[in-house]
Amino acid sequence: MEQTDLSIVLPEVALALYAMAALMLAVYTTKDGLARLLTWSTVAAFLGVAAWVGLCPVPEGIAFGGAIVSDAFARFAKVTLLLGAAGVLAMSEDWMAREKLARFEYPILITFAVIGMMVMVSAGDLMSLYMGLELQSLSLYVVAAFRRDSVRSNEAGLKYFVLGALSSGLLLYGASLIYGFTGTTAFSGIIAAATDGHLTTGALFGLVFLITGLAFKVSAVPFHMWTPDVYEGSPTPVTAFFATAPKVAAMGLFARVMFDAFGGAVADWSQVVALLAVLSMFLGAIAAIGQTDIKRLMAYSSIAHMGFALVGLAAGTQGGVQAMLTYMAIYVAMNLGTFAFILSMRRGEVHATEIADLNLISKREPAKALALLVLMFSLAGVPPMLGFFAKYAVLKAAIDANMGWLAVLAVIASVIGAFYYLRIVYFMYFGTEREGASLRMAPMPWLMLMGAALVMVLGVYNLFGIEGAAAAAAEALVR
Amino acid sequence: MENLLSILTFLPLVAAAVLALFLRGSDAASDRNAKWLALTATTVTFLLSLLLLKDFDPSNTGFQFVDEGDWIMGLRYKMGVDGISILFVLLTTFLMPITILSAWEVDKRVKEYMIAFLVLEGLMIGVFVALDLVLFYLFFEAGLIPMFLIIGIWGGKDRIYASFKFFLYTFLGSVLMLVAMIAMYRDAGTTDIPTLMTHQFASDTIGLWGFHIVGGVQTLLFLAFFASFAVKMPMWPVHTWLPDAHVQAPTAGSVILAAVLLKMGGYGFLRFSLPMFPVASDVLAPLVFWMSAIAIVYTSLVALAQSDMKKLIAYSSVAHMGYVTMGIFAANQQGVDGAIFQMLSHGFISGALFLSVGVIYDRMHTREIDAYGGLVNRMPAYALIFMFFTMANVGLPGTSGFVGEFLTLMGIFQVNTWIAAVATSGVILSAAYALWLYRRVVMGEMVKEALKGITDMSLREKAVMAPLVAMTLVLGIYPSVVTDRIGPSVAALVETYQAAIPAADTATELASH
Repeated sequence: MEQTDLSIVLPEVALALYAMAALMLAVYTTKDGLARLLTWSTVAAFLGVAAWVGLCPVPEGIAFGGAIVSDAFARFAKVTLLLGAAGVLAMSEDWMAREKLARFEYPILITFAVIGMMVMVSAGDLMSLYMGLELQSLSLYVVAAFRRDSVRSNEAGLKYFVLGALSSGLLLYGASLIYGFTGTTAFSGIIAAATDGHLTTGALFGLVFLITGLAFKVSAVPFHMWTPDVYEGSPTPVTAFFATAPKVAAMGLFARVMFDAFGGAVADWSQVVALLAVLSMFLGAIAAIGQTDIKRLMAYSSIAHMGFALVGLAAGTQGGVQAMLTYMAIYVAMNLGTFAFILSMRRGEVHATEIADLNLISKREPAKALALLVLMFSLAGVPPMLGFFAKYAVLKAAIDANMGWLAVLAVIASVIGAFYYLRIVYFMYFGTEREGASLRMAPMPWLMLMGAALVMVLGVYNLFGIEGAAAAAAEALVR
Repeated sequence: MENLLSILTFLPLVAAAVLALFLRGSDAASDRNAKWLALTATTVTFLLSLLLLKDFDPSNTGFQFVDEGDWIMGLRYKMGVDGISILFVLLTTFLMPITILSAWEVDKRVKEYMIAFLVLEGLMIGVFVALDLVLFYLFFEAGLIPMFLIIGIWGGKDRIYASFKFFLYTFLGSVLMLVAMIAMYRDAGTTDIPTLMTHQFASDTIGLWGFHIVGGVQTLLFLAFFASFAVKMPMWPVHTWLPDAHVQAPTAGSVILAAVLLKMGGYGFLRFSLPMFPVASDVLAPLVFWMSAIAIVYTSLVALAQSDMKKLIAYSSVAHMGYVTMGIFAANQQGVDGAIFQMLSHGFISGALFLSVGVIYDRMHTREIDAYGGLVNRMPAYALIFMFFTMANVGLPGTSGFVGEFLTLMGIFQVNTWIAAVATSGVILSAAYALWLYRRVVMGEMVKEALKGITDMSLREKAVMAPLVAMTLVLGIYPSVVTDRIGPSVAALVETYQAAIPAADTATELASH
């Protein structure tokens, strides 16, 4: 091991040290308010690491014999997921305290999950891929069942665990097939095994199983079944977390594997990914129409959005990856704002998640309703909100890659999808006068909601510069 | 002023933001402030837009007042006007203060109402001045949001259904256009509209899934744009959202919908379809002609059968838009001049007609024709104004309605006499439904008990109507006001269009030998 090896993984190491120190502190002290303290210190740690990774020249290169890769792509994904995780943690503190769920395990588990995600997007080897994936997944299984006394929450955790284990198994099976047919687990070795742009049949089988496992993690159809139940059953801050950082990490990993390991055989997987994309977009759009629970609706919404992001990946080009990254960054911002709103919905003393609870909320809370309106139109991809530019980017990537049919299907799906976002607007603005939910918003969620809405509108000016960063990231991945 | 167009576009948006952020409370005082601020902002916008007219040089057929800068994702922020678009900008800014005034008596969520209209104004101006494909799309689509809310919040009984239908119908049309726009970007390497207008898109016949597509890529792109503009226009048979939307929308919403939003479709045909896809336009023109002719005759007949005043006027709008599409695709000077003229004139007339319905709706809260009769006895001023606009709608010489219809018919006659013959019968039909409506609502004895206490138009209502009357007369008596300004640009458009067709025909012939 060389000196540079450690310096490349220093952010991950630092975060892991922090998590363990926090765990020790929590185990050996029984101070009240520790959960609160740890939550905020974790937020600070995430922000600090994000700034470190994003702004300081962390050395780029490969470490541990190619198992870990640090490049512009990894940095982009890490900053996005760290900011997403920090945002979710910051806005969940108040909710957790109110629901009497303020326990120190939550921020610590989230930290471990985030470390796993950082490893995922930096993976350069099937081994480190699996390591990161499992570290993330195991932490997430636990936080899904975080409300121990609730059957729904336990069901969510268990369901997630069983299906997640199955998908891990499939992924491992694929990995072993690939190892068997190419003789290596390193991405750099696998990519060399493709001849004339095609894989051997055995390796192709392995690739398909690998994609299956990854598709499960990004909740792409037909491997999405866990998503609505887990989203609905988990405590809402956990749902918000599921909808943001892990999705970025999983998409990042997906792109990482497809290009770093199978970049020599784009034609072999592009059609598969395109199919996943189409199915996800349509199922997400159609199944969401009948939902009455806003968390379930957001689950289907995230399925549809993953479909759109996969369109960028399916293009199999540098522009496609850039579009996908831009999409994910905007997607995270939209979801942070939306969940900040959902977190604050209350009916009396209980948390409300029925869409019908939003009836005419625009009269009681004009500013917040307006912010959610902006976010809903952004999620639907209506200009001038940023959500439109996210969709525009992936559509353009698809057309540039000669996949016009994919673009046409995508826009049709987006029209169907617009319906259920409009439905939320309908309840907020056109609904009938009756007892609905009230909003109780702590400063942090308020900031997230308003900030996200403003970003959606003002971002039209220059996308806050993520365009250049995404371009550099895509260039690093697709050479 | 260098960036006059940007100022025009963003001034209403800034006013809306000021309203949203700084005006607190929902009492009578804040409602009044909201209305005055909206009126001031729209009036200032109108006055500023007059500067456009002052400095506009009609003989220059290129784009003027160009304002541009870098933007995101390889797009450019570029705005400008030429003879085709300038009058639409003025139509918008002219009608907006009138619309705000007409909504003066609204008492439900006034602040939001004003915000929605201000946002809508900014976006509408943006549509007419945008010179970048995606910038155009952005304004074009974003306009759906405030209109969706206007129909959904302040509309009538079935507003929910109407607002969703309006949104999804137009959204579906537009997203296909977006795909086509990206394909154009890929083909031409730019989204700059002036450049694209001179770009030659391939028009060789191609085979796709076993179909032979005459006009090739151009036809596919044309159809994608057509899906959007035909819905917006609206053309038969995709007009069905319009009567619903009109009937349910509040008066001010109907006015803007009929007077400006529908014109975006026609403007789109002129800005994109004709100059960018001339071959496809030529190939598909007969289809458009017949759709227009059917629209004129069929929707006029449907209008005859309506019992709801707003629905009747909505169908009459569809019929009048039939003249517009017909004139545009006739693609000669008279046709296109007439189409633009007809759009402007329809903006004033249909807006005024919806306002007229609004006047009595505000008093009686019904739009049923059967609920009225004999209004002339108690509302002489109203009877006069309604008469004037009914006649203008029919196309009485001396009003702007006549000039538009006459020019478009003249244009189409040179291209296809049969269509001209069918379309002319629409003039008679329009007289039938409009006059019959007038007779049933205004003439006769006042027998309905409920109407006995009805009052004539107030000063505010008259003030709202006066500019519309003036414009209808000015345009009717002295149409050169319009044609002098649009003429050179239209001539240039027609010339390049006609030049592109034989060139393509020869190319196809050469290729087939």
